[in-house]
Amino acid sequence: MREIYLDNSATTQVSEKTIEKAVELMRQKYGNPSSLHAKGLEAQNEVENARKIIAKTLNCDQTEIYFTSGGTEANNLAVFGAAKAMKKRGNKIVTTAIEHSSVYESLKELENSGFEVVYLKPDIFGMVTKEQFMEEIDENTILVTVMMVNNEVGSILPVDQIRECIDLKKSPALFHVDAVQAFGKMPINISKIKPDLLSLSSHKIHGPKGVGALFKSKSKRIYPRAFGGEQQDKVRPGTESAPLIAALGVAVSEIDIESNYKKVLELRNYLVKKLNGISEITLNSGPDSLPYIVNFSVENIKAETMLHFLASHNIYVSGGSACAKGKASRVLKKLGIPDERVTSSIRVSFSKYNSKEDIDALIEGLLDGIKSLVKIKE
Amino acid sequence: MKEIILIKIGEIVLKGLNRKNFEDKLIKNIKRKISPLGEFEIKNQQSTITLIPKNDDIDFDDVCYKISKIFGIAAFSRAAICEKEMSTIKETAREYLYKRLKTSKTFKVESKRSDKKFSLKSPQISADVGEYILEKFNNLTVDVHNPDIIITVEIRDSFAYIRGESLPGAGGIPVGTGGKAAVLISGGIDSPVASFMIAKRGVDLVAIHFASPPYTSPRAEEKVKLLIEKVSSFANRIELIIVPFTKIQEEIKRGCPDELFTIIMRRFMMRISEVIAKNHQCFALITGESLGQVASQTIEAIACTDPATSMPVFRPLIGMDKDEIVLISRKIETFDISILPYEDCCTVFTPKHPKTKPVLSAVVEAESKLSLEGLINDAILNIKSQIIYG
Repeated sequence: MREIYLDNSATTQVSEKTIEKAVELMRQKYGNPSSLHAKGLEAQNEVENARKIIAKTLNCDQTEIYFTSGGTEANNLAVFGAAKAMKKRGNKIVTTAIEHSSVYESLKELENSGFEVVYLKPDIFGMVTKEQFMEEIDENTILVTVMMVNNEVGSILPVDQIRECIDLKKSPALFHVDAVQAFGKMPINISKIKPDLLSLSSHKIHGPKGVGALFKSKSKRIYPRAFGGEQQDKVRPGTESAPLIAALGVAVSEIDIESNYKKVLELRNYLVKKLNGISEITLNSGPDSLPYIVNFSVENIKAETMLHFLASHNIYVSGGSACAKGKASRVLKKLGIPDERVTSSIRVSFSKYNSKEDIDALIEGLLDGIKSLVKIKE
Repeated sequence: MKEIILIKIGEIVLKGLNRKNFEDKLIKNIKRKISPLGEFEIKNQQSTITLIPKNDDIDFDDVCYKISKIFGIAAFSRAAICEKEMSTIKETAREYLYKRLKTSKTFKVESKRSDKKFSLKSPQISADVGEYILEKFNNLTVDVHNPDIIITVEIRDSFAYIRGESLPGAGGIPVGTGGKAAVLISGGIDSPVASFMIAKRGVDLVAIHFASPPYTSPRAEEKVKLLIEKVSSFANRIELIIVPFTKIQEEIKRGCPDELFTIIMRRFMMRISEVIAKNHQCFALITGESLGQVASQTIEAIACTDPATSMPVFRPLIGMDKDEIVLISRKIETFDISILPYEDCCTVFTPKHPKTKPVLSAVVEAESKLSLEGLINDAILNIKSQIIYG
């Protein structure tokens, strides 16, 4: 049976060239990037090359890229590092109620240590407006942290309008963008968004797991989370994982945002048209969401049941967010989606490797499931 | 310094003529559990089993951990073994128990002499060793009534043993001396605890798990395997039998009143388990039910479930509170596995308003619309089984 992988927001298939690069570094260029000899330099050059590729894509200086162990670490470093560096300037943090758990749980922790965190409420499609930010950001605000694309419904948040709010309100706040789901799927221009911090991850863009990066504006300071050697200006010490970093560089260089977007948009439109024809299905993603993510609910069938049913047909999707391991989605609840639709919500997420045939197979699987599975309420 | 382990056997000393069987079984169980850790000579004399390591590199902490989980053992202790010479005995006692002696305030020495040819009598041995220890540790005084530590010196035929206090064993009866029973295991907190309690009474186990893919997750099955592994570390190897339950649950959901779903489901489980149990030479079924815990565990509900089988059903948790059950599940290390959040067959179709006081005749009436025999045979034909070792 052909494998149909439609869970690309959880993780993606690693590209061949990316694998080759990682293997090349592990096999031949295995030096420590900090070592002074030629073997070290060889590895350092690979790390710096990856830094250059990412900096060019984001339109920033390469000294502003710090490699981490992934999106979660980048988000933690940004949130805690900013809060600690800024705590003398104020006490308030502004965010949205639908952030990824790596930001959300970090903020909960900061609340315990005395910070006031304002969670802006999204509309039903996961949108938060510039006006809402305007209302909350003030002179006491030290951090604004916002995701660029929501990982469960794909809503695109107005990150390019937030710098303006911070400036208008004369707030000292550092501005962090969690771009894990956006990076590589839509253009991200640092000089346009003007964030102080921006997180990204490798394994969402056909790179290996275990590596990510944080952009940090060179004019801003954050407090480190880990202490050790001199690597990466001590912002993130520790021997760089050169094989994974070099592989991330390759993954980034392989991205063609525009042509992938065009392809995925077509797939999304095709899928949505088909889903709209099934009376038991309700879309949760809004019309203006990123086409890579389509979230919908299947009436009276628990997400986990449908997920396992589809998996038995070799079709892989997600129920809510993979990080929540079976718990009902906090994000969907926050959007105001009724409970029974939350527990039956399925997330389909695309990559450039998907095709119309994949969607046909998915639709067939869904219809089969709707017909044969026992409903919660009959 | 050479160490050995002394094991005091429990309740089985009471078992009259059967005693030999029980002891043999216990020794067999001990051998099986410790053989991966190294080679031992095992002696059995006067209600004490002695484990003497044949090589020096055996980790005694590991051995003690394994021993602490074997049923049929009342208590056990580690002992140092040395030449039967008073100066050696005294020095060994000082060295072997140094840490405990250094941190205690009071002590006492007890001696036993099974080698009656030894030059000193027990009280003299105790006095001699006590004097030496007093001399070496100025933090210690003698207290014969309530000492912090008791040093026991045993003079045996070829060696002397020196030990500190003994550790509690797992109690119970050696597994395998009490026949075999089949436990219904869902993945929750209760059934592993019920399994543990019956294994403690010497019973070998077969585990039966009902799986309903795609309503239940393949991870629920993995979870059950982990749970059985933990239980099996107290018992012998356990055969896990997985029963395909999807069709039956779908038929009940479609064909029977929603409020009777759980009762009818449990009656199916009992019937299927009885067939499997008999095929595996089991004499009873075991469940983790606790009276009143959920709708299907009220006295009325159990009265409706029980008639589905002619086998005895053991419910060792019947009178326990959840807190008490959780306490045991933490002790046997199943709690953290049990709370992993995967759907299992018991939660997936739970009706919103189950009947807490079902009436048997109504249940039988509702069931009669289903093809009981066909469904049960179908499920039994398609069971999968595997052996799990703890």
